[in-house]
Amino acid sequence: MVIENPGADGNQSNRPLSPHLQIYRPQITSILSILNRITGIGMALATVLIAWWFLAGATNQGYFDVADGFLTSWFGMLILVASLWAFWFHFFNGLRHLRWDAVKGMGMKTVRRSGWIALVLSVVATVLCVIWAM
Amino acid sequence: MSYITDRKRVDGLGSSHSGVGHWMSQRVTSIALIPLSLLFLFPFIGNLGAGHAAMLETYAQPRHALIATMFFIVLCMHLYQGLQVVIEDYIHGHRLRIGLLVVNKLFWGSTAVTAVFAIAKIAFSG
Repeated sequence: MVIENPGADGNQSNRPLSPHLQIYRPQITSILSILNRITGIGMALATVLIAWWFLAGATNQGYFDVADGFLTSWFGMLILVASLWAFWFHFFNGLRHLRWDAVKGMGMKTVRRSGWIALVLSVVATVLCVIWAM
Repeated sequence: MSYITDRKRVDGLGSSHSGVGHWMSQRVTSIALIPLSLLFLFPFIGNLGAGHAAMLETYAQPRHALIATMFFIVLCMHLYQGLQVVIEDYIHGHRLRIGLLVVNKLFWGSTAVTAVFAIAKIAFSG
């Protein structure tokens, strides 16, 4: 017998493999699940930048202008607006998670609907904040 | 003879080494961040690019200084907890895993202290 696909112990070629992530059809549930992680990790950068903004403000005018100038430059704004969306998504999706923790809204239909609601709200809230800031 | 109960003796010896403490603590910080993040966000957006004097005036007010302080402490705790789980999930090499977990803890601890110090300095000198 030819072993075509040895498993971890090299001896399990006939064992069925669970489908890999890459061949799964993307679904709103799985996409939003990983987006929650990505947005959480992404906001680490904005957190450090904002802490730096406060530190510069506590130091002196010149240093503050450097930090504030960076954050309001096109590159800084790109990071901040992306982080703003990340924040609103993580916020609304976090509310979904807290509801699930209370064993509420767990039916498949409800889960998909609340996912779309969180996604739409995150975009709307981001746009409103940007308009308000301008 | 041991005075430790059987239950206590095996506590934390499973594959997870702990119970629901970390999970529960993450929920607590996430709930605290609901009001704190909103209270922090809008004054911050208003002060971004508004100049040094305006920023000092805002955060010298006890209300804004306290909100920003509490926000940064809880935010850094939440980031520490969240990134800890990410590291535990994806980093499998023992040395790298332990190293990153320690760096993660020190990093968010020092970020929180830095932010709190900066806000306190503004609040106390304003």
